Amino acid sequence: MAKHKTPLLDQLESGPWPSFVSDLKLEAEVRAKNEKNVNYQIPVEVVEDLLGVLELSFTDGETHWKHGGIVGVFGYGGGVIGRYCDQPEAFPGVAHFHTVRVAQPTGKYYTTEFLRQIIDIWDMRGSGLTNMHGSTGDIVFLGTTTPQLEEIFYELTHDANVDLGGSGSNLRTPAACLGQSRCEYACYDAQGLCYDMTMEFQDELHRPAFPYKFKFKFDACPNSCVCALARSDFSVVGIWKDEIRIDQEAVAAYVGGEFAPNAGAHSGRDWGKFNIQTEVCDNCPSKCITYADNKLTINDKECVHCMHCINTMPRALMIGNDRGASILCGAKAPILDGPQLSSLLVPFIKVEEPYTEVKDVVENIWDWWMEEGKNRERLGETMRRMGFQKLLEVTNTKADPRHVQEPRHNPYIFWKADEVDGPWERDVNEYRKRHQR
Amino acid sequence: MANVEFMGKSFEVDEDGFLLKFEEWTPEWVDYCKDGEGIKELNEEHQKVLDFLQDYYKKNGIAPMVRILSKVTGFKLKHIYELFPSGPGKGACKMAGLPKPTGCV
Ligand code: HEM
Ligand code: HEM
Ligand code: SF4
Ligand code: SF4
Repeated sequence: MAKHKTPLLDQLESGPWPSFVSDLKLEAEVRAKNEKNVNYQIPVEVVEDLLGVLELSFTDGETHWKHGGIVGVFGYGGGVIGRYCDQPEAFPGVAHFHTVRVAQPTGKYYTTEFLRQIIDIWDMRGSGLTNMHGSTGDIVFLGTTTPQLEEIFYELTHDANVDLGGSGSNLRTPAACLGQSRCEYACYDAQGLCYDMTMEFQDELHRPAFPYKFKFKFDACPNSCVCALARSDFSVVGIWKDEIRIDQEAVAAYVGGEFAPNAGAHSGRDWGKFNIQTEVCDNCPSKCITYADNKLTINDKECVHCMHCINTMPRALMIGNDRGASILCGAKAPILDGPQLSSLLVPFIKVEEPYTEVKDVVENIWDWWMEEGKNRERLGETMRRMGFQKLLEVTNTKADPRHVQEPRHNPYIFWKADEVDGPWERDVNEYRKRHQR
Repeated sequence: MANVEFMGKSFEVDEDGFLLKFEEWTPEWVDYCKDGEGIKELNEEHQKVLDFLQDYYKKNGIAPMVRILSKVTGFKLKHIYELFPSGPGKGACKMAGLPKPTGCV
């Protein structure tokens, strides 16, 4: 018998999509029965009370969590999001309902052994509820009490050998696409770089020292499966410099209908016979592909690496052999001065262990932003306030046409004093000798 | 919200153990907090951090950025964590009586 009536939430148990309400009820039942004899360290009815408070929010259309919350573990300045219910008498099971961010393996490959191990910890010391995963990438343990935080941290680090993720004004948990592990488009080892950078900058992740949050994300090609361009202050996107490799026999197989375009991604509907001219050549944004006399040719000098032709004919077209990445900076959500996607800073950089070149770029940016960034100002906003030119200077990057989509159209152009003939200091009397008042 | 009684003083605090009113801060508050913040004995360096936080808050109405705290006290962030294991926000600001840090923490 459920503790609270939940008529509104019950409606979300119908329909084909996996219902979070059904899952919560199942977990509430498992805790109530406790067949495994778990020595529960937080209220058994935590899940029931979560359903109860959520139903209340559905009824009155308002959140029932108090503002903020500052809890954590010794040694770190972040990793836990404190949270308290604003109806603790009605829902004592969620009076404390803190969230613990746990560092995830890059690409999110797991063994059941590891998952069982961390879930055993969480079943006993938390609500048993999780978010797999937070948008930034972390494994998210949803709901525990303050006294359990150090206990959970001890067991995660000593038994499961896993650390907390990031929160606060610091480097947040980095994430990558699954890269070379199972994608033939991967231009560099995104997971390798992600892991290496996460370990290198553990201090910056655990102890907030920045003006505001800062995120890394790593996509191994411009398809951007981890959405680095939109969701990270420092976005690394794989790219190649030489020619797209063409297998003419495979091209013929696509034209002949043996290979399905886009690896069969559109097989749910009849789009007619594959037409290489309209579906590939005409869609190339640079119009640099031609198909004539049963032969596909690409003018690689004009290719902008959009991925369209490769995505359409993956068995015939392959990324080049001279591979690396582009670095783009400044993506952020709207608050305060509007949303931003990352802007191209380094058009091409080699990505090889120990990744010194990439780390140098990061450290140069941090040296600047930590000194000049205002309180709670994202890198993207500092770039806007101080100018892209400044970012180029601090990263020792030479300005290049690829840094702009189009040149400025206004003439408010600053010059440095040493770029103009003669000093800025002029004598008006000298001028008057030639121009009367 | 709860009331803490310690050495004849009474302090109004929230769930996270932050003072609700900066004006209620007294030196006893620091003694009361230190165990929960993992600090055995307070030394001059702790005091320097607390004094600066309080001065800055009185003058500016906000807590200083970490960088400013480091610059003025001369303590690197690493050292601030040696002094205050839960960090400048949850540790030092709480003991100095400043309001609870807010935002996307
Ligand atoms: C009340 C304040 C806020 C709260 C409680 C909050 C909470 C969160 C949470 C829980 C996440 C997901 C974290 C994870 O996946 O591990 C997140 C992600 C994020 N937040 Fe916030 N946030 C707040 C304010 C802000 C503000 C002010 C900004 C921007 C200026 C912001 C930008 C972002 C971005 C860009 C992400 C990453 C999204 C992604 O990775 O897809 N948040 N936030
Ligand atoms: C290379 C030559 C010139 C440049 C780069 C230039 C640039 C500018 C700029 C940047 C503004 C400010 C626009 C604004 O604030 O909206 C301006 C305003 C103005 N300029 Fe020029 N200007 C030039 C030549 C001239 C000449 C030759 C005249 C007159 C014979 C002139 C008359 C004006 C006037 C009257 C305004 C004020 C317009 C207003 O108040 O809306 N400009 N100019
Ligand atoms: S971003 Fe590119 S390389 Fe990475 S998984 Fe997606 S398609 Fe593959
Ligand atoms: S990757 Fe894009 S720009 Fe380059 S040839 Fe293919 S379709 Fe054209």
